[in-house]
Amino acid sequence: MSEYAILAFGAILAGNFVLSRFLGICPFLGVSTRLETAMGMSAAVIFVMTLASAVTWVVQTKVLAPLNLGALQTLVFILVIATLVQLVEIALRRLAPPLYRALGIYLPLITTNCSVLGVAVLNVKSGYDFPHSVAFAFSAGVGFALALAIFAGLRERIARANPPRAFRGVAIALVTAGLLSMAFMGFSGLGG
Amino acid sequence: MDGILNAIALLGAMGCVCGLALALAARYLGVKEDPRVGKITEALSGANCGSCGYAGCAAYAAAVANGTAPVDGCVPGGAAVASAVAAIMGVDFSGGDEPKVAFVKCGGDCDSATRRFAYNGIADCAAAAAVAGGDKGCPHGCLGYGSCANVCPAHAIAIAKGIAVVDESLCIGCGACVKACPRHVVELVPRSARVRVFCNSTDPGAAVRKYCSRGCIGCRMCVRNSAEGVVKVDGNLAHVDYSVPFDGDAAVAKCPVKCLRSVDA
Repeated sequence: MSEYAILAFGAILAGNFVLSRFLGICPFLGVSTRLETAMGMSAAVIFVMTLASAVTWVVQTKVLAPLNLGALQTLVFILVIATLVQLVEIALRRLAPPLYRALGIYLPLITTNCSVLGVAVLNVKSGYDFPHSVAFAFSAGVGFALALAIFAGLRERIARANPPRAFRGVAIALVTAGLLSMAFMGFSGLGG
Repeated sequence: MDGILNAIALLGAMGCVCGLALALAARYLGVKEDPRVGKITEALSGANCGSCGYAGCAAYAAAVANGTAPVDGCVPGGAAVASAVAAIMGVDFSGGDEPKVAFVKCGGDCDSATRRFAYNGIADCAAAAAVAGGDKGCPHGCLGYGSCANVCPAHAIAIAKGIAVVDESLCIGCGACVKACPRHVVELVPRSARVRVFCNSTDPGAAVRKYCSRGCIGCRMCVRNSAEGVVKVDGNLAHVDYSVPFDGDAAVAKCPVKCLRSVDA
């Protein structure tokens, strides 16, 4: 059990996908202006990451590895993840409309998000077995949510502050993201 | 060579499987959307102004399609859009109001209206109005800090010489400015009504004269010089009745402060 705790700790804090590995920067900057949209995006990312890593693990070990076609990994993973997200979207819309509305536009948006692909590739690279893969992906999604929540909170405050003209908008957001990333460096060496 | 063939075969097979899965899912799991929603959305003005009371044009279209919203809810679209939506929904729609346009009932610009003190705070009318009742000498007039211009989805309002002015060629008549104005200076009027009263002050004439040279003093010259019922003076302020055709060019000429005038002049 402690093994999973260390895995989760590493993925959420020390090896945070956004702030340490710099994956998923686009949504990190794009939907972080309001906490509400940030939470919607985070929920969708956690959901898709967990699901995608489960499916790609099966594809990797049952299809790609036996056929010795590891070179096609990226291509196949994108294909599988994109299909999977579309399938889930169709199914959710029919079976769980409230969840569909909550995840909304974010679900198709992250089909080819690099952090989703990243977690699938990292699972293979680190040689995780199935439960570890899923646990790692879920933790990575929580880490993404944490980073996005912190950053959205910061940006909501910046929006009310009065930065110098040259820094307004994305400039001050990028500076803030850099400082936040440095703060997260403090976690490296812990667990990860 | 085998590697390439394997790769092609694998990717091809996976593509087919994924495509088939999606097609089957769409066929058996898909939700059939009401085709009218898409058509209504196209017919709407697309301004997403929210004056229908829904979050946006798409939300309003969905509400119309399931029968919870009226077909004539789109304010910027007016009667034309309402009849188009009615045709899609298969219901009768007749009449409807003629298109509206926003009008700032104030002519007290920098040249004619006084300021009681220099306001240096936030450039927002509600904030300015909160400081000792506003810096403008007139307690009813346009403060000119652009709260209406800031909320206008069509960018139709500009501040000229200290008061807000509506560009009628851009105005979509959504009424966002009416809600934003803390002094209720902006109102929606029929687009065809060209002669309007450029004043919002209900103070007695003597008081108006002290703070604005263009304010309505309630002298009734317009009432006397127009057909009956066209102009009314109520609470020291003239009102044009937009429901009757305007017949009072003499009244416009006789207005001593020129607050009753044509917007085109």
